[in-house]
Amino acid sequence: MLRFILSRFARAALTIGMVVTFAFVVLRLSGDPAQIILGADAEPEAVDAFRASWGLDQPVWLQYFHYFGAILSGDLGRSMRDGRDAMTLVLERIPATLLLTLPALAIKLALGIPAGMLAALHRNSFLDRAVMALAVAGFTVPSFVLGLLLVLVFAVQLGWLPSGGQGTWQHAVLPVITLGVGGAAVLARFTRSAMLEVLGQPYIRTASAKGVPWGAVVRGHALPNAAIPTVTIIGFMVGSLIAGAVVVESVFSWPGVGRLLVVAVANRDLAVVQCVLLLVAATMVTSNLVVDLLYGVLDPRLRSR
Amino acid sequence: MAPLVSLRGLRVAFDGVPALRGIDLDVMPGEAVGLVGESGCGKSVTWLAALGLLPRQASVTGSVLLEGTELLAAPAQVLERVRGGRIAMIFQDPASSLNPVHRIGTQVAEAVALHQGLPRGAARAEAKRLLDQVGMPDAARRMDAYPHELSGGQNQRVMIAMALAGRPELLVADEPTTALDVTIQAQILELLTELRRAHGMALVLISHDLGVVAETCERVAVMYAGRIVEEAAVDALFAIPRHPYTKGLLGALPPIDGPRGPLASIPGGVPDPSAMPPGCAFAPRCPAHVQACDVAPPALLERDGRASACLLAA
Repeated sequence: MLRFILSRFARAALTIGMVVTFAFVVLRLSGDPAQIILGADAEPEAVDAFRASWGLDQPVWLQYFHYFGAILSGDLGRSMRDGRDAMTLVLERIPATLLLTLPALAIKLALGIPAGMLAALHRNSFLDRAVMALAVAGFTVPSFVLGLLLVLVFAVQLGWLPSGGQGTWQHAVLPVITLGVGGAAVLARFTRSAMLEVLGQPYIRTASAKGVPWGAVVRGHALPNAAIPTVTIIGFMVGSLIAGAVVVESVFSWPGVGRLLVVAVANRDLAVVQCVLLLVAATMVTSNLVVDLLYGVLDPRLRSR
Repeated sequence: MAPLVSLRGLRVAFDGVPALRGIDLDVMPGEAVGLVGESGCGKSVTWLAALGLLPRQASVTGSVLLEGTELLAAPAQVLERVRGGRIAMIFQDPASSLNPVHRIGTQVAEAVALHQGLPRGAARAEAKRLLDQVGMPDAARRMDAYPHELSGGQNQRVMIAMALAGRPELLVADEPTTALDVTIQAQILELLTELRRAHGMALVLISHDLGVVAETCERVAVMYAGRIVEEAAVDALFAIPRHPYTKGLLGALPPIDGPRGPLASIPGGVPDPSAMPPGCAFAPRCPAHVQACDVAPPALLERDGRASACLLAA
């Protein structure tokens, strides 16, 4: 068990290292930050001075070496735009993002899991077909389309809710719904198929054959087994709490991490982009790690290995 | 004596395709009945249907009487008390028939709690006693094991312990030894026979293995394509089979002595359930086939205490 955990930790660290490296390479290759930040018609001397002050005049491998060393010592660099600490810049956006993604996650779980279970338990009924039709619609409509549609109806036509920005709880309603619907649809489909798979297993028939009432068969025998595959997808959703709202934050001009990332990429603000990516990778990797450990809790067959 | 369970005209169809085409069978209290036939002939479906364990798209008609109480279309509460409490069932593949995420002690104790109404602690103690009774080695420690930590034979013992929890009057064992190797097979059959004697419990043994049935049962019913084609006391059936299908099955058993030769088999295959012949389902493969066989399915007729569904067997 300890070896299992240690190997998972090592793999997590390796993944984060690779993400950081990848981000570094791609950003260096995709344009000169000095030109973009200072403008195309900046004086050559100014550009050179900018490069020198940010170390961009050094060979790439040396930059990478410095950059990686700094990360290991906890220094993620400063924004090239306003010179502020990149980490602080990113961290102060996190609460705003969580304000959208946490309620959205709650919607996904509260809507998706029961809907998927209901559909599975009433397989091929009208209810099943209705739930699945909604689910297909829910995850095939892209979030920017759904977001704009909601704005059109509830902000423009009905005028009930604001179309963007941050301030009151009403501002969060449309982005939260936009985020939640797609995830709930995915989760509903996943829960349904996990549930159907389990309901077809011989041990479900055994439970019925020994006289367990159907409700208790579903709760006590089907659910704990169906939870195992479902946890994987929930893990992904938890992992994307920080960076899962890039599009929606842009649509609703919500000042979260996603907005920050979009702006930072456009500006080639290297330190900020790298910091966001590092954070995203870290949350995704952590949640995958937790999922792996949860498997062991949920499935005794994995525990003894 | 009145039968314990009485199936009358039991028919099952899946999406309109018939799987059972009218089963009449009585099980007396305490007797051991074998149900034999090849895969897909409806042996298991018969008893899953009787206990209401088939999926919803199966249409089940006819009658299943348990000491006069109709079980088909009985309310869920009635069925839940019958299942495990009066008729218990064990299955072919014990490993996948037990829930992989629950400890075996918990699974047995659940059945005990359901049918004996015992509180948690007492149910566990009773579960341990049952595991001891079915010959689970080191039962106290194994209570906390998961099914994947046990062998196939041990898992089948757990299934049997679970089945005994409700002190049923009938145990339906659906190919209980098919997934086990031969020595374990013999142990499990012996255990079933022992338990049946000790509890005065009736046994329905579903099997495609004639030897297993001959050893364990008193009476045997042979099924073919969703119907019972012959029914007799075990000795009588094996000594003088009357139905050509039974003859074919017994003829297919390789002789234990004599020269080695090719294995005998019944020519042809089972008819497609959606395109049954109008007459006897076995007619197309039957060596004794006459024209009258194709008119209507022959009824299961009784003569000298045994029955067969063949025009020529009478």
